[in-house]
Amino acid sequence: MKKAYLVMSDGRVFTGKPLGAVGETSGEVVFNTSMMGYQEILTDPSYEGQIITMTYPLIGNYGVNDEDVESCDIFAAGFIVKEESAIASNWRKTKTLGDYLREHDVVGIQGIDTRALTRHIREKGALPAIIISLPDADIDELKARVTKVAGTDGIDLVSKVTCDGAYSWDDGLWDIEQGFTKPDSESKYKVVAIDYGVKRNILRHLVNAGCDLTVVPASMTADEILKKQPDGIFLSNGPGDPSAVPYAAETVKELIGKKPLFGICFGHQTLCRALGMDTYKLKFGHHGGNQPVMDLLTRKVEITAQNHNYAVDDKSLPDGVEVTHINLNDKTVEGIKSDKLKVFSVQYHPEASPGPNDAQYLFKRFTDLMEG
Amino acid sequence: MPKRTDIKKILVIGAGPIVIGQACEFDYSGTQAVKALKEEGYEVCLVNSNPATIMTDPDMADRTYIEPITPSAVEKIIEREKPDAVLPTVGGQTALNVTVALAEAGVFEKHGVELIGAKLDAIKKAEDRDLFKKAMASIGLKTPESRLAHNMEEALDALDIVGLPAIIRPAFTLGGAGGSFAASEAEYEESVRTGLAMSPVSQVLIERSIAGWKEFELEVMRDMKDNVVIVCSIENFDPLGIHTGDSITVAPAQTLTDREYQIMRDAAIAIIREIGVDTGGSNIQFAVNPENGELVIIEMNPRVSRSSALASKATGFPIAKIAAKLAVGYSLDEIPNDITRMTPASFEPTIDYCVVKIPRFAFEKFPKAEDVLGAQMKSVGEVMSIGRTFKESLQKAIRSLETGYFGFKNKDSATNEQIEKVLKVPSSKRFPYLGEALRRGWTIERVHQATKIDAWFLHNMKQIIDTEMEVINEGLGDDDRLRELKELGFSDRRLAKLAGVTEKDIRARRLKAGVVPVYKRVDTCAGEFEAYTPYLYSTYEEECEADVSDKKKIIILGGGPNRIGQGIEFDYCCVHGVMGLKKDGYETIMVNCNPETVSTDYDTSDRLYFEPLTFEDVMSIIDREKPDGIIVQFGGQTPLNLAKALKEAGAPIIGTSPEAIDRAEDRESFKAMLEKLDLKQPPNGIATNTVEALAIAKEISYPVVVRPSYVLGGRAMEIVYDDDALKFYMANAVQASPDKPILIDKFLNSAIELDVDAVSDGKTVVIGGVMEHIEEAGVHSGDSACSLPPRSVSVELVEEVKRQTKMLAVELETVGLINIQFAIQDNEIFILEVNPRASRTVPFVSKTIGKPLAQIAARVMAGKTLAELGFTEEIKFSHVAVKEAVFPFIKFPNVDTILGPEMKSTGEVMGLARSFGMSFAKASSAAGVELPLFGAVFVSVTDSDKKMAVTAGRRLADMGFSLLATSGTAAALKGAGLAVEVLAKVGEGTPTCVDRLADGDIVMVINTTFGKKSIQDSYTIRRTALTMNVPYQTTVEGALASVTAIEALVKGGMDIMALQEYFTMVKS
Repeated sequence: MKKAYLVMSDGRVFTGKPLGAVGETSGEVVFNTSMMGYQEILTDPSYEGQIITMTYPLIGNYGVNDEDVESCDIFAAGFIVKEESAIASNWRKTKTLGDYLREHDVVGIQGIDTRALTRHIREKGALPAIIISLPDADIDELKARVTKVAGTDGIDLVSKVTCDGAYSWDDGLWDIEQGFTKPDSESKYKVVAIDYGVKRNILRHLVNAGCDLTVVPASMTADEILKKQPDGIFLSNGPGDPSAVPYAAETVKELIGKKPLFGICFGHQTLCRALGMDTYKLKFGHHGGNQPVMDLLTRKVEITAQNHNYAVDDKSLPDGVEVTHINLNDKTVEGIKSDKLKVFSVQYHPEASPGPNDAQYLFKRFTDLMEG
Repeated sequence: MPKRTDIKKILVIGAGPIVIGQACEFDYSGTQAVKALKEEGYEVCLVNSNPATIMTDPDMADRTYIEPITPSAVEKIIEREKPDAVLPTVGGQTALNVTVALAEAGVFEKHGVELIGAKLDAIKKAEDRDLFKKAMASIGLKTPESRLAHNMEEALDALDIVGLPAIIRPAFTLGGAGGSFAASEAEYEESVRTGLAMSPVSQVLIERSIAGWKEFELEVMRDMKDNVVIVCSIENFDPLGIHTGDSITVAPAQTLTDREYQIMRDAAIAIIREIGVDTGGSNIQFAVNPENGELVIIEMNPRVSRSSALASKATGFPIAKIAAKLAVGYSLDEIPNDITRMTPASFEPTIDYCVVKIPRFAFEKFPKAEDVLGAQMKSVGEVMSIGRTFKESLQKAIRSLETGYFGFKNKDSATNEQIEKVLKVPSSKRFPYLGEALRRGWTIERVHQATKIDAWFLHNMKQIIDTEMEVINEGLGDDDRLRELKELGFSDRRLAKLAGVTEKDIRARRLKAGVVPVYKRVDTCAGEFEAYTPYLYSTYEEECEADVSDKKKIIILGGGPNRIGQGIEFDYCCVHGVMGLKKDGYETIMVNCNPETVSTDYDTSDRLYFEPLTFEDVMSIIDREKPDGIIVQFGGQTPLNLAKALKEAGAPIIGTSPEAIDRAEDRESFKAMLEKLDLKQPPNGIATNTVEALAIAKEISYPVVVRPSYVLGGRAMEIVYDDDALKFYMANAVQASPDKPILIDKFLNSAIELDVDAVSDGKTVVIGGVMEHIEEAGVHSGDSACSLPPRSVSVELVEEVKRQTKMLAVELETVGLINIQFAIQDNEIFILEVNPRASRTVPFVSKTIGKPLAQIAARVMAGKTLAELGFTEEIKFSHVAVKEAVFPFIKFPNVDTILGPEMKSTGEVMGLARSFGMSFAKASSAAGVELPLFGAVFVSVTDSDKKMAVTAGRRLADMGFSLLATSGTAAALKGAGLAVEVLAKVGEGTPTCVDRLADGDIVMVINTTFGKKSIQDSYTIRRTALTMNVPYQTTVEGALASVTAIEALVKGGMDIMALQEYFTMVKS
């Protein structure tokens, strides 16, 4: 029987079976607690450089389809599941997960104790690792080599996933009967979305909220952006360490106060850094669709989708900026705003995909901000 | 929002007796709710008529009313207790129904009582089909289209809206008779024509059929701040068309993409808001068209339900407890998650395992019932199992069921045509045929077409079957392969069978190779946070989280799935065992697989293993925990069946030894023991074939009671009156063999049966209570009503019975509980059965005397003496307790309601009062039998009962009842000077008693029979009485007890009193 190994930088080795493409891959191992939505997760550019462990053991049951994609490719560096389903059962399926991974040349491992791995990461933090499913793997050699695998700290992963040039986007949200729709009404707001690794469902939400969207590369300067005369600017999600992408915060700094800004995830961290706040690395981050966030204004709780390893430090909160949302599990900052500067941002993912839709109202908050 | 301080006292309404569709889960939810409210400092009173519940323990609520859950009784409680609020959402449909009745009668308003959890509007909006449909339409959600039609023209118009296939239901036919299914237009017209003809009002309801669609459920919680969370998603293995209680179900949903799931989630949130359930949990059922994902709402339960119990156990999120806290004003974010401690309850559990629930059926108890599953629930219990894969979980669930299957049982003798037939019509037998079809190489597509079961489930089953074939052909392989097989969930026993070795061989090989299970924790969060509660399940993986302690510890084995004969009473005993041992400082470890129970609540015992109760699974836990003791006598037959093997494997069983239990069970040694003690038993013998049986019957003379040895609940037990019947029984009812002999006892005609529960420490024996059965010997003790204390047996005889009980307990070196059944015929005492273990009546006796017998027994088993526990004297009391059984006959058309030696009841209720009559009246009412206060009583009894029938008739006539009777009985009544109207027997002219019953002219039926012929003749009478909901008595003793009860009711209305007050009476 063919074997595959997960070799972690602290020396722990898990032995399992190959998943997806046969080969070798490396990255930082994180776990995601969503029980569904693996296709969206795989195609989320924020996972650049990371190997994803799904905590739910049975993955691939409903296969993959052409609609549940968050970008044009798989960005995850590797995939770890307890048991891959050999068949796909769902009315929308087009192929199995295994075929999909092989097509995209994604190396994975299955059949390991993913709960033990999850608990290991919980104790040790997100660790660099190698997955290998090649014959005659030399574990000792891999143990030596894995210590040199880079994590995400201090690395600009955004440059790897941002778009090459500006483009416009006009697909709206997905409907079970009609698929992706285009809104009937004319778009009212001209919005530039800075692509740090944007998920398509954010763009779809913005379109449905009435935005005429131009997506631009992360490297675009503030002047160039302002030249497009937007009503508002959206700062997207993206992978990795925000402190390693100083140019992003520099650009945002120049935009603050000039146009209404809305940031999600990496965009939130970048906005905060531009406002003078610090970011730090969480032990193993938040990756899943069940994170409770409290809106401090309404005191109501929303269940949110999250995917981040870095967080904003509230100790460095500047005047005029307030924390609007916190995570009820660990009390970390989940959202900030400045009414004066007309900016706000959240750490979590109101666009869901995968995950709950509780926080969709934020897209309207953005258009309201552009209104007045 | 902090908790409300404007309410001080809360009334919690329970669910009453165990019936099909409403089982232990409402004791679980009720107990959680009461504990949660008490914890918050509220004064709690509660009503529940089911004595076998933990929630009715005297130290649970402040005031406990073991009273019928009827509007009048609950109103009296409200008048007496003056609660500020009523919590109606943790007592199932019973509690909701009584709440609606009281609300509509203005009772809550009159007494200034507030409904918490769900308001009347919300309950009605969810429960009323029409209001619900409208509510769903108003938020843009679909329900199955339906239209009424009064003629073919309207029906054809309706077809345009409803579409095919369609279900056509004639209006106002009894029990939904005449409903049909139409797939083509021709069929449709035919169905409508017949339906219109059958309906007395010429009206049919035409509904779009969505049978075969996928079925899902979501468990939703909402708080006063309008925070909503989904606790769990459940996917039904069986497609729509089978009641979800009868379906195999799986958590979480397996075959939905996130987009599809989120549509469902959004709908669930919209629904709970629209229906207006302010706080607490609801269960919402959805259907999904497998062709295009179309979503339709089936129904919503605005309360804690069976599914919420399952969801709680499946996720570790205690829905009922949280619902209770939300009802008093907390919001989800203010309630901590017990398991992680650091995080709040305002989140959605995520799980990292797969949960499978399989229902357990009891069709074998009702041979005339049609074993077909449909819209009405028929299962009597369920098991849940947890595994890291569906395959592992499914195989664990199969062996948890205790139906003799340790894997996918072969159905070698079935032809392909038979298999096809079984697959197409859902029944309790279908499951193994799915495996058999796959074994024969049927494609997944073919099985799917026949069953509509999702291909993903079938594919997983096929993987199991294919592996079985590999084991048959290639053997068990090396250690790695053995581990792989165990990872797939195969039991040692199944592997042994496949590989042609013994279970012992496999176990030995596994232990040698270190192929042993590890235990993972159920933690609500898939490992994201540390779990502080040892709620564990086994799997074959790398890391073990059992984190075993070195404390003094005792394992209690639970009772597994509910079935007729083994239900909540045994779970009650297990829970009390835990409570008792905790008092003595032991670490308590529970093993059970029934998700409905209090025993499987993670905060009942110190450690919980949610595991099948098989030798292999239990032994693996023992190997890991190394306990100081194991208790097998609380969980009914389930753990007892394991006792011998466990002991042989070195497990430290405490309490009465398995050998002693065997000695009481084994006929020969039992006989010898009675002879030694000079005690009597009815003449009897053992037969291994028909010839021997006939010889024994001749020797001891008919009638005789026949039954297989080692059975529970009188399975296949019958009274036989002649040779022909005995031959028939031997040929058809059982398969006798030398190792499975048939027991034959002389049937004691007209004997009175007594049941005694006692506790013993090996030297001292204390009587818990002596119960007198209302029905004569021959009716299974579980089906018989009984009175505590006895009411017709002399003090001397009762004392003698107690003396014999003590003698037997000492002789058997009983340490723990013992139950003995006696029969008294002509002042002579016969011993029918000795069971040195917990009995079904332990909770009833404990409630009556105010002493937790099972707790005491557990402590005695762990080494305490009764003297040390201060329990050396039988408790004296002045009230009367009556236990009455509750039957599922209404769910099984064509089944006779007559009582016999085979147990058929699903549950029991208790009546408590100062007199027998009132206590029996309360028990009847609690069992759903509203005794009449006036009207016409129909009497038709067998010759030997005529004397007592006259007594009953006279007393009824004295109270103003009129009497109707068939000719023979009428003659007897007339002879005694009573006025009586004569009615024809069925088939002997008109009007018959059945006609008059159906016309609603009769308020009570007294009908006794003797012999097969008279039983057959009067079947229609009993069945009609049942469907007309008219009280019927099939024994003359039952009839007399009912008459006494009616007298008590006529004299003065029902009075109520809290359990705690009875005990003050005991002390004073």
